[in-house]
Amino acid sequence: MSDPVPLTTDHPGQVASATPPAPGWSRRLSDRWLTVAFISPALLLLLAMSVFPLLWALYLSFTDYSATRGGSAHFVWFENYTAILTSAQVHQRALTTLIYVVGAVTLQTVLGFTIAYLISRRTHGRGLLTTLFLIPMMLSPVVVGLFWRFMLDAQFGVINSMLGSLGLGQVEWLTRQQTALISLILVDTWQWTPFIMLIALAGLTAVPKYLYEAASIDRASEWFRFRTITLPLVWPLLLIAVLFRAIEAFRLFELVYILTSGGPGVSTETLSFHVYKVAFLGFNTGTASAYGILMVLIVIVLTQLYLRYLNKLKED
Amino acid sequence: MAVSINEAVSTDPARDRTPPARRFGGRGLSVLEIAVLTVLAAVMLFPVLWMIETSIKENRDVYAIPAKFFDFQVTLDHFKDVFFSSGGGRSSLSVSFLNSVVVAGVSTVLATVLGVPAAWAYSRFAVKAKKDQLFFILSTRFMPPVVVVIPIFLMYRQLGLIDTKLGLILIYTAFNVPFTIWMMKGFVDEVPAEYEDAAMLDGYTRLQAFRRFTLPLLLPGIAATAVFALIFSWNEFVFAIFLTSSDSVRTAPPAIAGLIGGTTVDWGLVAAASVVFALPVLVFAYLVRKHLIAGVTLGAVRR
Repeated sequence: MSDPVPLTTDHPGQVASATPPAPGWSRRLSDRWLTVAFISPALLLLLAMSVFPLLWALYLSFTDYSATRGGSAHFVWFENYTAILTSAQVHQRALTTLIYVVGAVTLQTVLGFTIAYLISRRTHGRGLLTTLFLIPMMLSPVVVGLFWRFMLDAQFGVINSMLGSLGLGQVEWLTRQQTALISLILVDTWQWTPFIMLIALAGLTAVPKYLYEAASIDRASEWFRFRTITLPLVWPLLLIAVLFRAIEAFRLFELVYILTSGGPGVSTETLSFHVYKVAFLGFNTGTASAYGILMVLIVIVLTQLYLRYLNKLKED
Repeated sequence: MAVSINEAVSTDPARDRTPPARRFGGRGLSVLEIAVLTVLAAVMLFPVLWMIETSIKENRDVYAIPAKFFDFQVTLDHFKDVFFSSGGGRSSLSVSFLNSVVVAGVSTVLATVLGVPAAWAYSRFAVKAKKDQLFFILSTRFMPPVVVVIPIFLMYRQLGLIDTKLGLILIYTAFNVPFTIWMMKGFVDEVPAEYEDAAMLDGYTRLQAFRRFTLPLLLPGIAATAVFALIFSWNEFVFAIFLTSSDSVRTAPPAIAGLIGGTTVDWGLVAAASVVFALPVLVFAYLVRKHLIAGVTLGAVRR
């Protein structure tokens, strides 16, 4: 897929001018018809399944509607929003989410980049190594969550068993307030380090070899070459990967649900998990909708950032 | 900077040969690097191996303290339990696997049918505010599922789609369409539009030119895209657990997660079910490894 210069596309104007004008007119008309016919079914589905539900949630967020109580919804205007934004509970969940997202994404980035860098310096067995490292990423979060729950079990878990045979003490990974969030970060890091590794590796192999050759002729040190050649060239791509992971980590629900169910106490309750509790255990649908809309706003900001960097990368 | 993962995972020894001078000087460093890589690889792979091992262990070895790494009794009972219930006949887990096949399969076909033509149109024609439309499409894929599921739940309740396979198929199609469009637009961009122009000069209509000349060239891309869509639907959990409840509709992820609901957990069964569930994903992912970067970034990054 080492694509040559994109030969075409995005310039239908040019394409049209290459043909005789007479059939061109009727063709452009049918092109327009084709465009509508080909794009609108997909857009209609998205409108029905993504936009409409979100608009409905937006409407509900201004009401006191409850999915179980039934009855009609009363407008409460911004009450739900002020309730959420001033709630100490929500602040705590936001902090937990922040620790989780920053902790997990930082660890993944450092580890993933390290692995990619080490693999890129190998000449043999690269393909096999890469393939093996990628396995965790392809597993369903459900499988990952279940399995780590088993391995981190305080009594018969294999991790504690190994710690024991090394003469170290037992750790209550998932059942103590202090360690549960760390366990969550570790499991997420285990699953998603390959993601950063994959993208960093693509960036690293794309660094032109002649730059290194020129540097080694100049007797530049290894560290100097890393700092002045490798890092600046890989950084834009790595940033995309980091932002992508941040959005995904912010949205994450499955792992929390399976690994800790938010506990012990509320120590691992992220915003995603809390909104689920408000909506499906508390059945405060109006409040949950406002909560959800606020989360969507954060995702939109992050996505805009992501797309902006993506655009910048593509233009270079 | 045109490099694909193809190159990244290629084992071509000719590339990236370290200069000999550094080789000798850096031998100790090189050994250290290999050691670090080996340790990291072991850490990454151990849970997977442990899962496979647990799935073939006798129950008393599963809970052995300290854990048994090598000298355990091998059994295939757990795998039998995944597919057959104790009284004979199919187990509810095997039903859920079938449901997963149906839901993931149909939603993938639908997403492909809707997404590929749209991707072609976005790639070939002038569309008003094209960039904005494409960004909007991708944004819908980034919405937190826990948030989207609240109004979807209410909507499905009105429409009678709660606890139906159709409901799951619809929502999975909706979250795979953005991915299919972004992924396929990249593949369409790689096929020169001149092929179609030449065909049209020969008297074909635009649609015929697409079907007879461009589409065959897109088939490998369509296959790769469909495989990713299949994996996403297969692995999906949040919509599945909130929108379905009965055994006859439930897909595999909530069914497997349901195994840990009781007071005692049969971890051997959980491991076996996880292995059966994950194996097809790994095989499929291996088949599309060339497009892995584009696939896991939802078609946004490709090189």
